[in-house]
Amino acid sequence: MKEDQDYIQDIAQIRSIMERSSRFLSLAGWAGIMAGVYALAGAYIAYTVFDFNPDKLVYSTIQTGDLVAGLPKVVFLAITVLILAIGTAILLSYKKATKRGEKLWNALVKRLLINMAVPLIAGGLLILILIANGLIGLMAPITLLFYGLALYSASQYTYEVLRSLGLIQIGLGLLSACFVEYGLVCWALGFGVAHIVYGIYLHYRYEK
Amino acid sequence: MKITINGLHKAFESRIKLGIMAALAINNMLDFNSLKEFLDVTDGNLASHLKALEKEEFIRVEKSFVDRKSNTNYAATELGRKAFTDHLNALEKLIKGVTE
Repeated sequence: MKEDQDYIQDIAQIRSIMERSSRFLSLAGWAGIMAGVYALAGAYIAYTVFDFNPDKLVYSTIQTGDLVAGLPKVVFLAITVLILAIGTAILLSYKKATKRGEKLWNALVKRLLINMAVPLIAGGLLILILIANGLIGLMAPITLLFYGLALYSASQYTYEVLRSLGLIQIGLGLLSACFVEYGLVCWALGFGVAHIVYGIYLHYRYEK
Repeated sequence: MKITINGLHKAFESRIKLGIMAALAINNMLDFNSLKEFLDVTDGNLASHLKALEKEEFIRVEKSFVDRKSNTNYAATELGRKAFTDHLNALEKLIKGVTE
């Protein structure tokens, strides 16, 4: 017959295992902050250096505007920002996981990534299709919208607070679809400012 | 079913078995290594507890091959889920009885 103290211990054990096996908590707050910084820098370069700020939905490929000519540069810039952000997230989360005595690659991370990959890949393919048809103005809204959906579904498997970040990105995405001329501003707000704010929040809430 | 006088299941007297059921209650399916990581136990220790739970028919074992390496996945059965939930309820009752 066990002592009462033992039963309390049993419950503590169950709680800790359930917590540990349900959510991926090695996501580093700094990863969000850095992703936001890269995004803001990218948006700034796109706007000032490449003069990229689409204000119409459709740019026909017949129009030999600077915008269409500059598009490959902007796409390259966007991919650079993405790779930097993901690379930083992997590096910082790896450090955090090691510190917590966990492996970075486990069943939880796998589940988290699969749930994020589905909306992200769908959105990425849609953007490629739109670019092929000259619908450049929709790039910002679509990236925001699908990234928001990815975050929303990811929030089940990591910090729950990502749900509201996802909703913010979805809102900004829809807003920028209404006002295409503010696409770049909304993109900078979503991928830049919101990331930094949430990154700081995560860092102080869970890592201090 | 081996149940003690206050509704606690004998199988869950071991904290590792309790942990295995807790992890499988949340995750539909886990492989051996994930379980090992969550519970922080040695291979042999985990294997023997898993065998015992399998014998009780609380968990289901699915063996498959990934790149010619055997990969074993575990899932809780309906019976196992029920036993785990009953055990939790019994624990709750016990503790309520203690505090009242």
